[in-house]
Amino acid sequence: MTPQSLLGGFAHPSTDAAHAFRAALEVMARPGRIEDLPGAEPPEPLSVAAGGLILTLCDPTTPVHLAGAHDCAALRDWITFHTGAPLVCAEQAQFAIGTWAALTPVARFAIGQPDYPDRSATLIVEMDQLCAGGPRLTGPGIKGAVRLSLPEITAFADNAALFPLGFDCFLTAGVQVAGLPRSTRVEDC
Amino acid sequence: MTAQDYNFAYLDEQTKRMIRRAILKGVAVPGYQVPFASREMPMPYGWGTGGVQVTAACLTPDDTLKVIDQGADDTTNAVSIRKFFQRTAAVAVTEATAEATIIQTRHRIPEAALTEGQILVYQVPIPEPLRFLEPRETETRKMHELEEYGLMHVKLYEDIARHGHIATAYAYPVKVEGRYVMDPSPIPRFDNPKLSDCPAIQLFGAGREQRIYALPPYTRVVSLDFEDHPFEASKAPHDCDLCGASDSYLDEVITDDEGGRMFVCSDTDFCRGRVAAGHIGRLGAPDLAQEAAE
Repeated sequence: MTPQSLLGGFAHPSTDAAHAFRAALEVMARPGRIEDLPGAEPPEPLSVAAGGLILTLCDPTTPVHLAGAHDCAALRDWITFHTGAPLVCAEQAQFAIGTWAALTPVARFAIGQPDYPDRSATLIVEMDQLCAGGPRLTGPGIKGAVRLSLPEITAFADNAALFPLGFDCFLTAGVQVAGLPRSTRVEDC
Repeated sequence: MTAQDYNFAYLDEQTKRMIRRAILKGVAVPGYQVPFASREMPMPYGWGTGGVQVTAACLTPDDTLKVIDQGADDTTNAVSIRKFFQRTAAVAVTEATAEATIIQTRHRIPEAALTEGQILVYQVPIPEPLRFLEPRETETRKMHELEEYGLMHVKLYEDIARHGHIATAYAYPVKVEGRYVMDPSPIPRFDNPKLSDCPAIQLFGAGREQRIYALPPYTRVVSLDFEDHPFEASKAPHDCDLCGASDSYLDEVITDDEGGRMFVCSDTDFCRGRVAAGHIGRLGAPDLAQEAAE
């Protein structure tokens, strides 16, 4: 563990986490909405928003999976020091972090059980950018329909078809975050 | 004791993380009751410990909090919860529905239409709509899993067989997005239509029963009914005696021991606003309205 991994947490843990959670709640409750989630300063390649989500939601009870290039020593140490979350394989993860390419195939992740659909994974998908264009989203939290730049359509449409099972996603780019719960129907048109 | 003796909004960060994860899963599966490790709060179960924990997990220092108990801002439960968060989170508080960003409520939805920037937090005593029909948690969980809600329709049918109409007046069961049957907490069925397509985020916390559930904005919420006995939002067939409102939910107040009674808006902020705007009901004093206007 290097001294760098001790840095980069929230400056004011309680209120910074409160603001971060409100951004997370807004985007998860209103798919398509893009919010800023500043405050964390995680090591490369983790984005500021993804770092903030991890600090706000992860602790020793939430197994975390690091996918692809995100599975590096600097990030492992940072997450271990700041959250104490165990680092695990994809199948056991409650939270998984990586680019979409690194996270696929997403069928590996927990989708919950029919009697406990909440026991499913939350994916934090690192993106180059987020914008209000691309596939059409409808469902709870959306007035009419919205568009959001998603890395793929089929996987998310398949996930929505599993409802009430399925994984939930945060999409992050820099300080920006968007949400995509399993309840959102994704179409290409 | 000062606010500095506590963490922001009373709960420790570990507890807030656990509650926040439950809220996010609840939002992702609208109407499904997410189990959470409810904490002991400095108030008894039944006094809104579930709602208080959800509010504590959502509050930021920038929020403006409103707390209502059966629509009223000035009843014991509302006043003590509001003071609790003033002391432990130093947040601004208000009685005006439109100014609030988080509204914690016991058994009412405010009359004023909610907006996109708001979160409505319900205090829930019994979150399981099937509990009085099936006491075993293992069974009700199975029924939700299999979408087996026939028993609830039998209950409503028995209402009709016995009373000629659906006599369930509060905690009227609803179906969320065509999937989960949900208890909207003991709000009067007058409020049920406001649950659907609401621009605000609605969160439900049951402390004793350790469940959190949620309705994202613009979620389709349908009150259960029958084709020949459609759902009807009902209220006392009167106007408010103070502000004259004919479209608000009313409380009946006994005024003497000779059968005297009056009907007043249960939503005190709504009633006060109307009186200030010059509306006068049957028993409303004109000078009171003038005073409020000044």
